[in-house]
Order: sequence, then C-alpha cells, then structure tokens
Amino acid sequence: MTKLLSMNRRNFLQASAAGALAGAMPGLIGSPAAAQTALTVGFIYVGPKDDYGYNQAHAEGAAVVKALPGVTLVEEENVPETVDVQKTMESMINLDGATLLFPTSFGYFDPHMLAMAAKYPDIQFRHCGGLWQEGKNPANTGSYFGYIFQGQYLNGIAAGHATKSKKIGFVAAKPIPQVLQNINAFLLGARTVDPGITCQVIFTGEWSLAVKEAEATNALVDQGADVITCHVDSPKVVVETAAGRGAFVCGYHANQSPLAPEKYLTGAEWAWGNVYSGFVKKAQAGEKLGNFVRGGLKDGFVKMSTLGPAVSAEGRKAFEVTQAEMMKGGFSVFKGPLKDNKGDTVVAADKSYAEDAIELESMNYLVEGVVGSTA
Amino acid sequence: MTIEANDPALSIASEKPTSLRPILEWIARRAEPVVIALAAILIGLALFSLFILAVGKSPVTLFQLMYTGGFGSWFSVQNSLSRAAPLLLTALCVALPARLGLVIIGGEGAVVLGGVAAAAMALPLAGTAPVFLTLILMAIAAMAVGGIWIGLAGFLRHYRGVNETISSLLLSYIAIALMNQFVEGMLRDPASLNKPSTRPLPAEYMLGKIPGMDVHWGLVIGILACIVSWIVMEATSYGFAARIAGGNVRAAQIQGLPVGKLIAGFTALAGSFAGLAGMIEVAAVQGSANASLAAGYGYTGILVAFLARHNPLAIIPVAILLGGIDASGGLIQRRMGLPDATVLVLQGTLFIVILFCETFYGRFKIFNPDLWKRSL
Repeated sequence: MTKLLSMNRRNFLQASAAGALAGAMPGLIGSPAAAQTALTVGFIYVGPKDDYGYNQAHAEGAAVVKALPGVTLVEEENVPETVDVQKTMESMINLDGATLLFPTSFGYFDPHMLAMAAKYPDIQFRHCGGLWQEGKNPANTGSYFGYIFQGQYLNGIAAGHATKSKKIGFVAAKPIPQVLQNINAFLLGARTVDPGITCQVIFTGEWSLAVKEAEATNALVDQGADVITCHVDSPKVVVETAAGRGAFVCGYHANQSPLAPEKYLTGAEWAWGNVYSGFVKKAQAGEKLGNFVRGGLKDGFVKMSTLGPAVSAEGRKAFEVTQAEMMKGGFSVFKGPLKDNKGDTVVAADKSYAEDAIELESMNYLVEGVVGSTA
Repeated sequence: MTIEANDPALSIASEKPTSLRPILEWIARRAEPVVIALAAILIGLALFSLFILAVGKSPVTLFQLMYTGGFGSWFSVQNSLSRAAPLLLTALCVALPARLGLVIIGGEGAVVLGGVAAAAMALPLAGTAPVFLTLILMAIAAMAVGGIWIGLAGFLRHYRGVNETISSLLLSYIAIALMNQFVEGMLRDPASLNKPSTRPLPAEYMLGKIPGMDVHWGLVIGILACIVSWIVMEATSYGFAARIAGGNVRAAQIQGLPVGKLIAGFTALAGSFAGLAGMIEVAAVQGSANASLAAGYGYTGILVAFLARHNPLAIIPVAILLGGIDASGGLIQRRMGLPDATVLVLQGTLFIVILFCETFYGRFKIFNPDLWKRSL
C-alpha cells in the first residue's frame, strides 16, 4: 500500500513537474517531456501469467511496458470471461486510475469490454483479436492482432526438414479460423520441403485442457508423427510430452525451448512488447492510438524462436530464405491452386492471398494433406 | 448431556430472572452456528496470515486490501454482489440435496446446459415475442433442463445405486461437451467466427440492472430462491420429510416416506436452480450461450454450500463473503504482486477450518438451550 502510494506520488510529481515545465516553456519542451507523462496501464489475462503460452506472451509484452518511463502497470491473471472481467476493468479504472486497458483474451471483447467502453467513454480499451469494426464499435475501443500463421509456416519448413516419417502432428484447440490458418500454414510450410508430407490434427475442444493435450500428443506420436506443434493456450504439456516421446517440437505463442532444448526446432512467438510499447508511447504523447492495428513478422508483431540445435544446415538455410522473403511483406502462404482435404478447390489457380487478405479471416477448411476434420 | 451442578455456566443461568430465560434460550439455540462459523473464519484468516508472512508479505496490508476491494466503497460492494449473484443459485444446487444426505458436485453441468437451453429457447422468440414472455420461457427451459440433469443423478442414486457425487461430476463433463457441440454446431451464429456462440439476444431482451445499482437482477432472483428454499426446507412437510430421509434413510422408509420421490424431486429442484443460473448468465451477462458459461460457478457453489452448512438462508451472506474475497483478489494481485492462487489458498484454508469446526457443534454447554430453559 505504502509502496503504491509513494509510486503514485512520484508519478504525480513527475507529471505535474513536466506539466508545469511544458506550460512555462512551450517552445522548449516538446515530445521528450510528453513521453514521461504518467499513465496507468491495466493488463488482464484469462490464465496464469507463466503458462509458457498465450498469457505469458502478453505478460512479457506488459513487462516491456512496465520498463517505460512514467508507466504504472497493473495486472490481473486468471480472470474468467464473465461479469468478473467487467468488474476487474472497472476496478482498475476506479481503484487504480488506469486509463488504458488491455483485456487480452479473445472472449473479453463482446459483451464485456464493449459494456465497459460504453460506461467509461474517456478510458481507452484495446483488445487482442481483431474484432473491432468501424462504425459498429465505439471509438475508445480497438483491436490488435498479428499474422502468426506466418510463423507456423516457418515452423512447417523447419519441421519438413526434420521429419523422417513424413508425418507431422498438430494439437489444436478448436476448429476456428485462427487455428485453421495455423494448421494449414504449418503443413504448407512442410510441403515446400516434401510434397508428400501429411499432417494429422487432433482438436481437443478446449483452450486449456492439459490431460487431453497430453493424450492427443501421445496419439499423434503413436501414429508415427515425429514433429509436433500446437495451438492451445499453454503449449507446455504438448512440448514436454512430445519431447519425452522423442519427437521434435515447434513452439507456439511464447518460447518453449527451455522445456525441451534438444528437441525444440523453432517456434512462432508473439512480440507483444513492440505492440504494447507502441500503444503506450502514443497514449503518453497524446496521439490517437489507432482502432485497428495488425501486423506480421515484418511489422514486429510476430517473431521466431532462435533455431534449435536439431535443425540441419539445409533446414536453416531454407528457413532463413523464406523468413527474409516474409520480412519484405506481401508473402503469400496461401496461393492457388489449393484444394481442401475433401478435394474441393478453396483457392483458385490465379489467386494468392498475402498475410492481410480478408479472405483468410473466415477460413473454414483444412488443406489437402491435413488429416482431420473441422466438424 | 448431563450437567454438573457446579458448572459455572449453570450458575450464571440460574442467576438470570425467569422472564429472560425464553429469550436467552432462543439466543443460545441460534448463536451456536453463528459463533462457530465466525470463529472458524477468524481461525482461517489467522492461519492464512501465517502463510502470507511466510511468503514475505504483510497480512495487515492484505486484509486492508481485502476490505477495500470487497466492501470498502459502494463500487466494491456492487462488485462483490455481482460476483455473488450466480453463486447463490449454484450453492442451492448443492445445499438442497445435501439435506437429503446427497453430495451433488455437478452443478456446473446444469449451469451450462441451462444457458444453452435458454439461448435455444430465445432464438425463435427474440425480436417477435414480448420481452417478459421470452424471459419467462427462457427461464422455464433452463430450469427444466438443469432439473433433468441433476435429477438424473438423484434418480440413478436411488433406483440404480450409483454414487451421486461421481455421477453428477461425470454428468457435468458430458454437459460441457454437449454445450460445445451445440454452440459450435446446430446453434452456432455463423457470424461468431473465432468464438463460437449462439446468436446474441437483442439488447432490449436482456435482463437489466437492479434500479440504482450496477448489479443485474440475478442477485434478487438468487436471494428469493434462497428464501423460498429455506421455507420449503423448514416449513413444509416435504422439507421435513427430506430432512428425515437425510438423517436416516432406513428410518424414513420404515415411516413410509416416499424416499425415491423426495430424492428425485429435491435433486431436480436443485438442478433447476443451477439451470436458472445459466439462463441468468445468458440473459444478464453474456447475451449468448458460449464456452464462457463454464466459468466455474458450479464448483464455487459447492464451497458456498458447505460453508453455509447447507442452510439456504446462510448461503446469502456466505456467497456475498466469497464474492467479496473474489473481488478483492484482483486488487491483491495488482497491489501486492501476489499470484491469483493466493485467493485459492485463502478459500481452501477457510473451507478446511470450517469443516474442522463442524466437530465443535454440541461441545459447548453455553449453547445448550436446555441449560437456559431449566428452572432451578
């Protein structure tokens, strides 16, 4: 309590000093002083901050923000997508004085964040997931998201070089567009190495269900898959189980290499620190935050884990060449002709979709070579 | 219990004027659960303080924050009440069968299926039928489904000898799987791309806030349900029969009480309350049925019911207390840098101590009404 009060007082003093100086010498004090503006930023996570996954990726981003001058960070973990998150937002606003909130779970948006945004029009809300719509959602809200399937494509390249059985595996939560993009990108990446590679997918049905994730990983290895990746909230169980069975792993959300240093090839990680410090610096400078912010590898929204020792020289070269291509922007992971695994054409021969193509947002198919079903 | 003539409590009692005795007897009878529960909470908090000291933080700061976050301002009170609202109903789902001697822990399943049933009922009605009628039909659908779900556990217990604790828990897993199946399949709103949900209720069909408060009507419904349950349990022949059956099934059967019907009826009633909690989640908070319905209210309800000793009236303060602990949990995380699990440690400590203190009932002569009734 005492610590917090003194913290607030210090920030208050800084802010008022900066304000007084700026008022006295408008010509001399420009943006450097503005960057010191006191700002309380709230982060809300749906799971634990140290889950080696979705929430840890956001918490690592929050830690970058915490180090910025003038920023007070308030965080709350394990907040369910119910009235609880509404009250947590209100509590951060009322009791902590937060003016910029990042409710990071997808399910926080509607109705929870929208309800709070209507009630507190002076507070800025930015939500992870890309749901914000112009004209429909209030101006003090917004979305940010990254094209992380680019990372899964690069994972696929590393996997394609590592697999001997030509079978790779994917443990997925739910058959929703974001997850389907990742599964398809992973296989398409692997197929650049060998078009005979197949990818078995198992959906667990829940974002966080450790027992089922372990069962799914074991089942994939039993069926001959020797490189495993996943899209669940916490990849820890999948990574440890797969490595324990002798399979290689590609990470997701955060860096899981400490969990399996020998077997970890690479991983698709969020780089939320860049995104969050961008928002916070704008807020401190009094600039508009933007309502719809997206980016991929090129924009620093997504990054790759350092390649592990198991990646061959050949694999490393192919990985780096494609990564360099992607860094230029406009790289099409999904390009025609492309069929789904039922034999229907999903991308016509003359079409190709760059990372920001709107068509990708409603993906409802698994591409040819993925063994599994969306329903 | 025999009372020694030289008992100090007895001598105090005998000094009191005769006219006070009925009042003292009344107080003694009712003071026991209150005093024991409060003492248990104090012991629990004391043990928890040791834990906080062990991790190098100040328990004083922690309790100050708990008060600020849970009850320190009108905002905090409303925060606690909002969180308590669903717990009132899910606690009843545990408390009512408990009076029959059944331990039902699968309320979560009735909550999620109730929510799905309510959302499904609303689909053809929203936009055309009157608001009030729609809400009533949603509530009926949710209560029917929740009642069948938990009633099934009661039915299996009585007629097939299946342990109701295990069956209700397993049924709740089936319920969550069914919810996912409906929400991601038949009932899915095609517009809900990355978070499969049913079509949202129009705003005018939502169950609003209590006037003058930032808490939805679920709180009032929950409190009414607790009061009605208490009346049923304490003042009707059904409740009396249920308590007899809970005390001794054989004795109840010998007396000719319809034990099977009582078990089926009370488990169904209990399940219907949990189903109603699901409907309120949909109609007052979420606006649609989706995976967020499985937020653990059914499980927290178990804790509330046990802390309230399965007394429907006691559920009200206990649910508010736990709502307050939950509300302050966030503040403790933010201000003291303690993980969310801290609140779970506190809840667990309170739970164990309160169960332990159950053994003190009847041990203290001061609470014995006979002591105060006796004229010497």
